[in-house]
Amino acid sequence: MRNVSAKHEDILRFSAIRPRIEQRAEIVFAVRDFFRRSGFTEVTTPVRISAPAPELHINAIQSGDAFLRTSPELEMKCMLAAGYEKIFQIGPCFRKNEIGRLHSEEFTMLEWYEAGADCHRLIPFTSEMLGFVSREVFGKSECIFNGITIDFGRYEMLPLASAFAKFAKKDLLEIVDDGKFEEILVDMVEPALPKDTPVFLKGYPARFAALSKLSKDNPGFAERWELYLGGVEIANAYSELVDKNEQMRRFEEALLRKKDAGETVYPENRLFMEALEHGIPECAGCALGLDRLVMVLTGSESIGQIMP
Amino acid sequence: MIYFMHLCENHLVNRINRENFLMDVSDLRKGIKIELDGAPWTVTDFDFMKPGKGQAMYRCRLKNMINGSTLDRTFRAVDKIEKPDLEEKEMFYSYSEGDFFVFSDSETYEEMRIEKSKLGTQAYFLVENAECKILFFNGNPIEVTLPVFIQKIIVDTEPGARGDTATNVMKPAKIDNGYELAVPLFVNKGDVIKIDTRTGLYAERVSKA
Repeated sequence: MRNVSAKHEDILRFSAIRPRIEQRAEIVFAVRDFFRRSGFTEVTTPVRISAPAPELHINAIQSGDAFLRTSPELEMKCMLAAGYEKIFQIGPCFRKNEIGRLHSEEFTMLEWYEAGADCHRLIPFTSEMLGFVSREVFGKSECIFNGITIDFGRYEMLPLASAFAKFAKKDLLEIVDDGKFEEILVDMVEPALPKDTPVFLKGYPARFAALSKLSKDNPGFAERWELYLGGVEIANAYSELVDKNEQMRRFEEALLRKKDAGETVYPENRLFMEALEHGIPECAGCALGLDRLVMVLTGSESIGQIMP
Repeated sequence: MIYFMHLCENHLVNRINRENFLMDVSDLRKGIKIELDGAPWTVTDFDFMKPGKGQAMYRCRLKNMINGSTLDRTFRAVDKIEKPDLEEKEMFYSYSEGDFFVFSDSETYEEMRIEKSKLGTQAYFLVENAECKILFFNGNPIEVTLPVFIQKIIVDTEPGARGDTATNVMKPAKIDNGYELAVPLFVNKGDVIKIDTRTGLYAERVSKA
């Protein structure tokens, strides 16, 4: 729960961050405008769901006999199965014990799906959205974050293996085998990423495929990318896995790993199983932390500065 | 032999106690004290990180409580962290003996010798019977905190001009142990002044000679 130790200072803080909150409203408005102009339908799926997708290291908060969603992914994929082609959603998501400068247990996700697309196609689209929002709200295609100007007029695509070799002098697959992927990523790779342009890190090892498809040409890697702005992770995109058996197998594996790690395990999300059975079309999707995007665009130091 | 058994027993007790000296990485916060590689550290900066749906990482900047050096360390959620065995005692300063200062426990009067070098320039501000806070790590003193203000007599300074009450013009002065500091012009030899032990600076005049 946010603001659990409520103090009078919190009220003063609300008034101190007012200029940023007003910018935030403009940003959200521009995001909606961009998706509407691009032919997307805004949807609102339930926040309280029977079960989130089981993912290691992501823990849902229980709400009575249900859970607060950790992302709107499963419900939105159900809509794709029902024939919706281009949908987006802006809404609250919850992840237990994630609290920090870039984390809040309750946060706002911008998530969208496009039937018939793959994750590569989402790269120019996402880059275009960043430029559009920045121009609409600030009148220019750039912003200053941590003292560095980020130019939204261009972007860089960087394979993870190259980033690990270049910035950490390490072999990506060896690091994955040693279980040191996250450690090297946050300590050596993320801080060294280019900060003057959006960076799309791609080529995640299959082990980190989560709900993405494996690459047809190179099955050791997942069809997945992550967007970084100013060294901060902003969004995660997949060519979505739609194969029922492979999906069930990964859920079972994730549940076992969650159990081993002492994390909460969830029941099966029946609605999503029905959708898989019915058939989810080939599609790509992206989940973007809207609070972090607002933080970067407004030049804030933490998401706390742009969340009341 | 009996002595040896006693040692073993102690060791065992220490090991059992140690189990209670572990904390979860998720308990890390700014200001928390931890033990790492046999030394006590204060967490001076702290950031929760969770890259790309991966496991949680806790990036810390640490300050060594003994020598002040800093260290950046990232912990994983599964790591266990040792809590340092730290104890703070109220002790008063008794007397100086060779390379040591001798402090006495305010309750038990038990004496404790601390190397003079551990106090650095703080040694200039040690006055008899001063109530100090002493921090122990594994039973060894690592930090002495003096009272914020102590009183000292001025033993040497240029005579001040009569009627000069300006407090912003300073001149050099010396206290009995040779420590030099800046005092306002109106302070004279024989005056008693208050010194802020945190900064080593003049605070106010207490009484005139």
